[in-house]
Amino acid sequence: MTVATSSRDGTPLDVTALYMFTGLSAFLALLATAFTHDPLFRFHGYILTGALVVAVCVMSVLIGSDRLRSDPTRYADGVIRAGVIATMFWAVAGLAAGALAASQLSWPRIFYFPELPWLNFGRLRPLHTSAVIFAFGGNALIATSFYVVQRTCRARLAGGVWPWFVLWGYQLFIVLAATGYLAGITQSREYAEPEWYVDLWLTIVWVAYLLVFLGTIWKRKEPHIYVANWFYLAFIVTIAILHLINNAAVPIGLLETKSYSAFSGVQDALVQWWYGHNAVGFFLTAGFLGMMYYFVPKRVERPVYSYRLSIVHFWSLIFIYIWAGPHHLHYTALPQWAQTLGMTFSIMLWMPSWGGMINGLMTLSGAWDKLRTDPVVRMMVVAIAFYGMSTFEGPLMSIRAVNALSHYTDWTIGHVHSGALGWVGFISFGALYCMVPWLWKKERLYSNQLVEWHFWLATTGILLYIAAMWVSGIMEGLMWREYTPQGYLANAFVETVAAKHIENVIRTVGGLMYLSGALIMAYNLWRTIRLPSAQAAPSPAELPTPALMAAE
Amino acid sequence: MSERERDDHTGTETTGHEWDGIKELDTPLPRWWLWTWYGCIAAAVVYWVLMPAWPGITGYTRGVLGQSDRAQVAQELKGLAAQRHAGESRLRAASLQQIEADPELQGYAMQVGASVFGDNCATCHGAGGAGGKGYPNLRDDVWLWGGSLDEIRHTIQVGVRSGHAQARGEKVMPSFGRDQMLSDAQVDDLTEYVVALSGRKADAAAVGRARQTFADQCTACHGPAGTGDVAQGVPNLTDQEWLYGSDRVAIRDQIWNGRNGVMPTWEARFSPETVKALAVYVHANAGGVAEPVAPAKAAAGVAAGAVGR
Repeated sequence: MTVATSSRDGTPLDVTALYMFTGLSAFLALLATAFTHDPLFRFHGYILTGALVVAVCVMSVLIGSDRLRSDPTRYADGVIRAGVIATMFWAVAGLAAGALAASQLSWPRIFYFPELPWLNFGRLRPLHTSAVIFAFGGNALIATSFYVVQRTCRARLAGGVWPWFVLWGYQLFIVLAATGYLAGITQSREYAEPEWYVDLWLTIVWVAYLLVFLGTIWKRKEPHIYVANWFYLAFIVTIAILHLINNAAVPIGLLETKSYSAFSGVQDALVQWWYGHNAVGFFLTAGFLGMMYYFVPKRVERPVYSYRLSIVHFWSLIFIYIWAGPHHLHYTALPQWAQTLGMTFSIMLWMPSWGGMINGLMTLSGAWDKLRTDPVVRMMVVAIAFYGMSTFEGPLMSIRAVNALSHYTDWTIGHVHSGALGWVGFISFGALYCMVPWLWKKERLYSNQLVEWHFWLATTGILLYIAAMWVSGIMEGLMWREYTPQGYLANAFVETVAAKHIENVIRTVGGLMYLSGALIMAYNLWRTIRLPSAQAAPSPAELPTPALMAAE
Repeated sequence: MSERERDDHTGTETTGHEWDGIKELDTPLPRWWLWTWYGCIAAAVVYWVLMPAWPGITGYTRGVLGQSDRAQVAQELKGLAAQRHAGESRLRAASLQQIEADPELQGYAMQVGASVFGDNCATCHGAGGAGGKGYPNLRDDVWLWGGSLDEIRHTIQVGVRSGHAQARGEKVMPSFGRDQMLSDAQVDDLTEYVVALSGRKADAAAVGRARQTFADQCTACHGPAGTGDVAQGVPNLTDQEWLYGSDRVAIRDQIWNGRNGVMPTWEARFSPETVKALAVYVHANAGGVAEPVAPAKAAAGVAAGAVGR
């Protein structure tokens, strides 16, 4: 990654490189759109071409007015501000899609739109999961990782203008994925639904992300790499590997949407769940632990509880997590020995996961009073509590005898949501509440009262959600396995669906409460950004320590 | 490296590093955490010894318990077969009519039938068997393929246009409009004719125009009076029952596109006893055609009223 400006007056090299890359991509996208016979591919071609042409135009204007030059004496915060806004936007979009999908399950007659096939539950569900995990979670991770790596390395982001490419390229990936689901373009691999060309685009974006992150660590001014950055790096590297292997596929034509996986049969299933489980492990766990390791000690102003614990739980977590995927395939065609390994490694994973919880919670030692006074701290602490709960529940559910009851039921949905709403959502909300005043140079949030409202609405919503799913999951699991005295199944499938109507309604209510909390938050952040600034003009010596302004 | 300082609150030393104001304490690993982890690892090792676990070059470690999922599934299926044995042999020995005539055996068949129907048939025919557009209602007394016990059983066994060698439905409804066998206007007129057949008000002029078309194209299957033919699965057009809808748009659509329903064959999935139970269930629960009670063979004193409908 070249960062150096080519000359004082000419366009910086990083800008030239990005400009050429964008232009070339726009040209290729235009050709693909023109020559394809696949209407769905053309539909995506229009989006891709349109986005890239707009990017070229915007860059032309910005280069013309010389506004793409990076100031090495300052942190690159503009891209983080944009990332924060994207995070909040996708949070609301993803949660709203979830609320609609939940309503479809609660009131299938009302929320059934046969004339609008793109609103079919089968298309909305991946839209919801991907919007929450990849759009909301992914943007939260990109934004916070850019913030954290700069502060803890005391170095400006590497790559000049390329962090902007990472952010906007990632938004383009989200739009292509989301419109693809709605149009019916899918690989049918859970959490890896986008087709091959969208996967290729994400690969380019992700490699750029990795290089920006590594480059920043490379030029750090600190002797050691902070623990948050280990977790962020593990997340970026592992997701790259998972993404490449699970999406290995052969397209039926270079101008066609459809592709076929390189794997088949039970190997295909195992690769998919090796990917799927580690998407949970490295995207939703490791990445957000990185977030926790910076924002919790920073906000409560206490040292991290145990350096040794952070080392041991980091290495054990990443070593053990990668083995646990087969527990998604208990009692299937997967050989039993593989199921055994998936289960036992999940059990051994329990304490390594809890290492993060202990380090997070015990960092509050000496500052517990902040739970009472600072709703943002409370939100992050509850996030850690949900992290602890769902990382206990996970190993429990991986035990084959438990899984025989829980698998394919709503219990799994509840488990995922205690992790996603409780842990991922709350730790991200906490980080955003911290970062917005810091990034926009405000002394405080617009309203702590609104944070309180957000906290209580969302917490109650999560509890309603997961309690309802425990009840309906265990109930339907028991109903599925019930036999009549004659030796025939006692309950038809549709009866088990009808039986959980009330729980589905409670789940919808819980989800709507969580969504309302996010809307309150969006309003609060927007008002915070519009508060009068604390300082007048930001001083150029924004990097805190002197003698760091090395010419890079 | 800066020298180590001590945290006032906990009395623990820090590691001497600092990042953006964040320090780290050098707290030892919590003992309870470490021992619980060791316990989990020990439990995993024990499980590996007991159960199939580690792969090798030619196989995998079987575990000292010799447990195998496949063997267990086979055993459980055997257990299920044993549980079903007594009831199944009674179903096997009796004819459909005898089953229906014996309240106790019929009750058993109904329970089996309800379970099997709910998990297999309800997907199309609805949980209560009331059907839907394109899926016959099994609760009324109109039968496309015959409503006697034996006819129902046969339909379940071979299916309709299912690919089974004896599948029902060799007669198909042509797509008169789509395949351009009839003009737009002819299909319009025919629609009126069919509406009139079911005793509803229709455009008399159109009916008159369609009379010859109906005679040429439709009577071969539906009969001159439009009453259909149960033996061939040809619907009666003069009653009030409509598989694809009764309004003009639906009738016109069916003449135009000629949809032909499909029902799978269940022979390979269900035992003959299960098919029997299902036939009894559908017949009794859903208004089958009344059966003549098998006279001699049935046990004396069987209530003659225990017939379908």
